[in-house]
Amino acid sequence: MDLVQAPLRGEVLHVDHVSVALSGRQVLDDVTFSVRAGEFTGVIGSNGAGKTTLLRVILGLQRPGSGNVTMPTQSRARRGRSIGYVPQKVLLDPDMPMRAWDLVALGLDGNRYGVPIRSRQRRQEVDAMLKAVDAERFANVRVGHLSGGEQQRVLIAHALVSRPQLLLLDEPLANLDLGSSQEVVTLLGRVAAEQGVAVLLSAHELNPLLPVMDRVVYIAGGKAVSGTADEVIRGDVLSRLYGHHVDVLRVHGRILVVAGEENADLAAHEADVVVGAG
Amino acid sequence: MPPTRPTSWSVQADLSMGQLVNWIFEPGFFASQPVHVAILIGGATAIVSAIVGVFTVMRGQSFAGHALTDVSTAGGSGAFLLGLSPLFGFVGFGMVGACVMELIGIRRVRGRDLATGIILGASIGLAALLLYLDTSSGATTGATQQILFGSIFTIETSTIPIVISFSVIALGIIVAIYRPLLLSSVSNDIAAAKGVSLRLIGLLFMLALAVSVGLSSLTIGAILSTALLVGPAATALRVTARLGVALIVACVIGVGVTWLGVLLAYDSYYWGSSRQGFPVSFFIVALVFVLYLISGFSGIRAVTSRRERAVLQGAEA
Repeated sequence: MDLVQAPLRGEVLHVDHVSVALSGRQVLDDVTFSVRAGEFTGVIGSNGAGKTTLLRVILGLQRPGSGNVTMPTQSRARRGRSIGYVPQKVLLDPDMPMRAWDLVALGLDGNRYGVPIRSRQRRQEVDAMLKAVDAERFANVRVGHLSGGEQQRVLIAHALVSRPQLLLLDEPLANLDLGSSQEVVTLLGRVAAEQGVAVLLSAHELNPLLPVMDRVVYIAGGKAVSGTADEVIRGDVLSRLYGHHVDVLRVHGRILVVAGEENADLAAHEADVVVGAG
Repeated sequence: MPPTRPTSWSVQADLSMGQLVNWIFEPGFFASQPVHVAILIGGATAIVSAIVGVFTVMRGQSFAGHALTDVSTAGGSGAFLLGLSPLFGFVGFGMVGACVMELIGIRRVRGRDLATGIILGASIGLAALLLYLDTSSGATTGATQQILFGSIFTIETSTIPIVISFSVIALGIIVAIYRPLLLSSVSNDIAAAKGVSLRLIGLLFMLALAVSVGLSSLTIGAILSTALLVGPAATALRVTARLGVALIVACVIGVGVTWLGVLLAYDSYYWGSSRQGFPVSFFIVALVFVLYLISGFSGIRAVTSRRERAVLQGAEA
């Protein structure tokens, strides 16, 4: 066994110098960071920065060109199963005959062949999970009939019910209104602490996550810096990451990152602004 | 009819019951061997179609199911030309078509629809040629009718074991891939992340679909088999939120309309004075359509959604 790099205490995921090129374009460039149990990590970046590719590499759906991803306590073959995953777009058809309860139950053993066998333990696990995400009251409602925020909670329960070490969420707040998105963030923060699961969440807005986020992985142009929000969201750090001048403004407890295009005409520049509710 | 106590009152009731039974079931219905075969094969086919159909509707693959009916048409007419049972052509061609559609149609919905459309077109063209050859070869009559609109009353008893075997294969596939099939119907991304082979699941499901379409091509005809595949399933999905219940409701509807269709077709021979029965397929498809309409307009749908809304409102209060 390779012991050159001793895993950090409680480390559940190690992304080690990962680079990915897709059809000639460098999507990820030497990305390194770690995630520890019970921590809440936000992968922040604008659209096209490489967030989804990073998550796909972690899930094992995309092979990195160089570098690798390890989960110190899991073998490579079991990696996918020890990650709970909530993808970016899940279109739940209103006519799909699936109740919230059924979808969560599918999180237990949906990857196995055959039909599910009912058991008391199975029922209790699903019930408990629905309760944990505060979704028990719509357990018997079709998932397609639920609101976006409610669906997100059910999908989180689906991802968590198999007790993974890592919960991965791709832009879970993208299509939610402010209230629902705050609810989801609060829920995730609580779940991370209660269940000791590491939460890794991608988002293009930084501010909604500030109350619960332990660490930030900030991605721009395929490169990443990681650390606490105070370490990373600074003008000098982000200027180095973007390769040009970036302003970080703190207004009323909110953080505003203004990263203009390097050679763009100032008047017409397309500001890469990361904003949100604080 | 339930047995009744032999009182003078019930004897009278028995008499009128007997007349009613005779009125519903024209003489000879229960003694007729073609009816026995039709009831058995029609029932098996309806169950397979209903169960595969629920997943087809859920996965949004009704178009693939329809295209497979055209592939089946070509296969059936080819088998006819070679003097084989059309069933082998229906199922055999359908399975090949299913594989080609799944393998060239990449996972993108658009790619899948294009691949499906192209195969559909090619199949109809081939069927046009083969059916022409079938009818012009002279020795056999009614090939077109039999292949396009089914032949439930003229199935030979030797076909029964083959139909049962195909049914077991199709249902066996569905049982084997039940959970990953559901998971990938919810989200391909989640299923892939959990290590499910989307290609294998997609292919196996298409094979089950091909077998199902082949079987219903035999009973209600190649171009009508979509009705038996999609109709009962779509109706069931309208009235219940539970998959298990939907599967049972779809089976009951499928078997019900098939058997009722067989009965009406048998009885229709005695309607009027022309002594010419109506085709079974007409009745089955008409019943499927009527049930679907009823499920949409009646209170059934309203009741289920009202119940769900009550749950949600109760939760908010």
